[in-house]
Amino acid sequence: MEEQKNAAIELRNITKTFGKVVANKNVSLCVNRGEILSILGENGSGKTTLMNMISGIYFPDEGQIFIDGKEAIIASPKDAFDYKIGMIHQHFKLVDVFSATENIVLGFEEEGGYNIRRSAERILAISEQYGFHLDPMKKVYEMSVSEKQMVEIIKVLYRGADILILDEPTAVLTPQETRNLFDILRRMREDGKAIVIITHKLHEVLSLSDRVSVLRKGEYIGTVETAKTNEAELTEMMVGKKVSLNIERSEPENPKERLVVRNVNCRDRNGVQILKDVSFTARSGEILGIAGIAGSGQRELLEAIAGLQALQSGEIFYYDPETGEESNLRDKTPLQIRDMGVRLSFVPEDRLGMGLVGNMDITDNMMLRSYRSGKSVFVKRKPPRDLAQHIIEQLDVVTPSVNTPVRRLSGGNVQKVLVGREIAASPTVLMAAYPVRGLDINSSYLIYNLLNRQKKAGVAVIFVGEDLDVLLELCDRIMVIGSGKITGMVDGRTATKEQIGLLMTKTDGGETHE
Amino acid sequence: MIASFIQRAVVQGIPLLFGSTGEIITEKSGNLNLGIPGIMYVGGISGVIGAFMYERSLADPSAMNPFLAVIIPLLTCVLGSLCMGLIYSLLTVTLRANQNVTGLALTTFGTGFGNFFGGSLIKLVKSDMPSISLTATSNCFRTTLPFANKFGPVGQVLFSYSFLAYVAIVLALITSYVLGRTRVGLHLRAVGENPATADAAGINVNRYKYVATCLGSVIAGLGGLYYVMDYANGVWSNDGFGDRGWLAIALVIFAIWRPNLSILGSILFGGLFIIYNYIPNLGMSDQELFKMLPYVVTIIVLIIISIRESRETQPPAHLGISYFREER
Amino acid sequence: MSKKKHEPKFHIAKRDALDWWKSWLIRICAVAAALIVCALVTVVLTGENPIGVYVKMFEGAFGTKRRIWSLVQNIAMLLCVSLAVTPAFKMRFWNIGAEGQVLAGGLATAACMILFGNKLPSVALYALMIITSCLAGAVWAVIPAFFRANWKTNETLFTLMMNYIAIQLVSYFTYIWSVPKGSGQIGVINQSTRSGWMPSLGGYDYLLNILVVAGLTVFMFVYLRSSKQGYEISVVGESENTARYVGIDVKKVIIRTMLLSGAICGIAGLLLVSGTDHTITRDTAAGRGFTAIMVSWLAKFNPLYMVLTSFLIVFLQKGAIEISTTFGLNSSFSDILTGIIIFFIIGSEFFINYTIKVHNSKKGEKES
Repeated sequence: MEEQKNAAIELRNITKTFGKVVANKNVSLCVNRGEILSILGENGSGKTTLMNMISGIYFPDEGQIFIDGKEAIIASPKDAFDYKIGMIHQHFKLVDVFSATENIVLGFEEEGGYNIRRSAERILAISEQYGFHLDPMKKVYEMSVSEKQMVEIIKVLYRGADILILDEPTAVLTPQETRNLFDILRRMREDGKAIVIITHKLHEVLSLSDRVSVLRKGEYIGTVETAKTNEAELTEMMVGKKVSLNIERSEPENPKERLVVRNVNCRDRNGVQILKDVSFTARSGEILGIAGIAGSGQRELLEAIAGLQALQSGEIFYYDPETGEESNLRDKTPLQIRDMGVRLSFVPEDRLGMGLVGNMDITDNMMLRSYRSGKSVFVKRKPPRDLAQHIIEQLDVVTPSVNTPVRRLSGGNVQKVLVGREIAASPTVLMAAYPVRGLDINSSYLIYNLLNRQKKAGVAVIFVGEDLDVLLELCDRIMVIGSGKITGMVDGRTATKEQIGLLMTKTDGGETHE
Repeated sequence: MIASFIQRAVVQGIPLLFGSTGEIITEKSGNLNLGIPGIMYVGGISGVIGAFMYERSLADPSAMNPFLAVIIPLLTCVLGSLCMGLIYSLLTVTLRANQNVTGLALTTFGTGFGNFFGGSLIKLVKSDMPSISLTATSNCFRTTLPFANKFGPVGQVLFSYSFLAYVAIVLALITSYVLGRTRVGLHLRAVGENPATADAAGINVNRYKYVATCLGSVIAGLGGLYYVMDYANGVWSNDGFGDRGWLAIALVIFAIWRPNLSILGSILFGGLFIIYNYIPNLGMSDQELFKMLPYVVTIIVLIIISIRESRETQPPAHLGISYFREER
Repeated sequence: MSKKKHEPKFHIAKRDALDWWKSWLIRICAVAAALIVCALVTVVLTGENPIGVYVKMFEGAFGTKRRIWSLVQNIAMLLCVSLAVTPAFKMRFWNIGAEGQVLAGGLATAACMILFGNKLPSVALYALMIITSCLAGAVWAVIPAFFRANWKTNETLFTLMMNYIAIQLVSYFTYIWSVPKGSGQIGVINQSTRSGWMPSLGGYDYLLNILVVAGLTVFMFVYLRSSKQGYEISVVGESENTARYVGIDVKKVIIRTMLLSGAICGIAGLLLVSGTDHTITRDTAAGRGFTAIMVSWLAKFNPLYMVLTSFLIVFLQKGAIEISTTFGLNSSFSDILTGIIIFFIIGSEFFINYTIKVHNSKKGEKES
């Protein structure tokens, strides 16, 4: 146990549960000074929960944390600061109406009292040292995503943290910004800081870190030295045994244009252009995959089709499967789209925040789509209850009863309820955003089968995914989106991972990810 | 006449200023305390109880020690409103109860408390006094600067008030300074804007909420005391305080959560409250319409800030929402 | 850094689900504890023995037939306002402007009675009163709803301010219509002709009020539970995002629900002015707009439970008034008792929704 001697931080047998969900089980790992450790794991493997315990957001149910060989009790973020632990969260923890400087000094008891101007000068100095471009007086609500991340990083540097934890820091960055960040991190490693980077991107792990610890479903799998490993080994650790996915894929039967999107542009709430001139066609009897780095406009694209996102320009045409009649879905509300006879089903990314109502039971959630039917002013609960019963049986939903609020179900079961309902509406277009995120293997295959069955029934399926292997085995065509632009359309049967990976990171200047 | 109008507007405005300064501090911590009207009642009656006990303990009111006569009601007032602040914090911060319901219950309780003791105090202590009239104490509170009258109308507008009025203005200025220019103020604002962020930054969210709410309650309570001792000459009458507590909450919006603006706002509200006295040939009925003005003005401000959507003038983002760290 | 010093002794976690009987047990314990505290307070102030105090309270509430009628009538009125605010709350729209909406409805009623009292045939008059009172309440409620729906204007503060505008408006009209002129009081409207007064059924003055409210209770229960609109209200209240996703027009639901909420407040105003007081003052609503919020919230927005919670509060008020008259105290005593009980019940919700995990340094933790 030579590592233990100078380990900056060591975790032993950490366990954390939320209600019945075990987020971390017996996790042990350690980080040395002057080292970058990657924590690798799929979505939902418990990486973030673990780091939240180090930074005092959560308190472990069991286990111990050692800092410099001494046991540390980190009951609050304040304690974490005292141990010089700095965390850069995936979701920025910034106060929107504060300036960069105000956010950076927040909670920091600096010597010499409170003086915004002096703090701003220090921030400028730090920025220059590391090559950030940031106006210390700029308000956060006026900032771009990458500027916000800069604030988060400077915040930690400002406090002189020597243990840094970065939670998926590159998810929102351009390749150039990512390279910048990695340079900074390497410089800090040379300063003797201990750095933990949470990620699920293998190439980042390999290019940046000294060692890799792998988590799978909340459990600690092991730690390897980067120099002595390769993608294949890491993947195997991450997903368990090497799984050949073997998702069935049939040839599309008689594909016809079902949905044609033409030159769609739209902006998000902050006025940032999020979709740039997007055009594509989704055909019946076919699964169209959408690949891309998280937050590249996938959500907005699906919401635009579903009538939840206003377009600046562009058209969305729908062709009726029976009559072939063309109708334009642009500027229509979800209700209008429904009333036009377009059977559009949508499994959104945010299951409990958008697709379902967490506090309602399964029956009432079934009703979300169907409650309007009939002329009566009253809702009929019998059909949705039957549907709920049916879905529970067909999809093996584990639930105490149909009357259980869906928020109490596990992630996989929540998803089965949602997908089950959307399919029950016998759609002609089915859009699913990250439908297997956080699901176990069995549930994932169930979802793939459901999508395939829809495809065979002649539905135009649009599948937004993050796992390239899945996309490549499931989809007939894969469209790649990068920073709101379509960067390529490839054949799912012939394309390679590398090809898609390159397209995903292609930006305006034609640069690629390192 | 303008001088006397302004002077009276200020006297009307001071209880509102106390209330709104207290409520601003509270709201900045994310707590929408609708119990302020009740707290101001409790502050008033607690001061009255203290003064009443002190006056009763003296054989001869003229032997009153002016220092004690001020300090005892002040202390009892602070104590009374502090208790109210503690009840609110305990329920909404520790027990995470709904803030609106808690606040309204506190107002019911506080107004009841005030009116109950106002009506029953004499009976409870079996005193032979006919009513609660604390003229002697009130005189101590109402001592003004000696040179006020030497400066004519200017003196009347600027110097003719009792010390509590200046306390109100100084408190508002201090609050404004603390909120804008100090670390404590920065932390407090962060708690109200985004408690999760404040928590992650190592700020003790619950402690800030407790302290801000209790301090806010104490300051608001002083408004009740000022009303009884200065405005009402030491005579407590049930429901006499009226809707001033709600007006104080309105003033918070009007001043877009800035205590320095609420100084001017309070004088304006005070002025709107009494302007009917200064408009000739106004019928009794029209006076009632004029009393509506502060509320109408507040609604207009509320509408304007929500339509303009300027981020600088919005209510604290987490106003009215309890914070729980392990929420997921 | 010693271990003892830093390890938190306990932390708080959200409970999964509590059996319904456990949650009710906690509430009943809270009420019991509150009653004990109330008794203590009363004993300290009056010197009576606590049982005697509660006997007095029962007498105050149920002592005579007249008192029982008055109790039921008061429950009905409080319940009516509570029913009105409930759909808004279910939608997470904090309508604390019921006081003003009731007054608006009452004012409209009074206006009809005064202006058309002895001029219109009574059927037309009643119809006019019902329409105008509903309309007035609805208008008062829909103004804040409109701004909330379109610009997210804070409805708590907006509805609150609307109350005082309504109060001043009533004051204004009490001067306009005052009898005698300039007295600032309207007095009993149409005392001799009883025009526009709610008819008494079978010789019971308040029976019609009570029946109307009973009907409204059933209506609201069914509306929230089984109607499509009620379902939409729940969805909007739980998640506006989900509502938009399934194509519910959130703005429309907010405005429609507040129209309903305001209209029922208007009916409460009608019942108060035409069916109970036969006059209007600034205090006609008597704080019911605020008390109703607590009634509705304590009942978890369930109209049937609201019968119980409004009974509890009215009983306390009536009982406390009896105590205060017996002992020569001020009648505001009831507000103190109401406050205490509500504090306890509000506080008890915490123990229903959360659990405190006590850390035991050796064995991890145990639940309490």
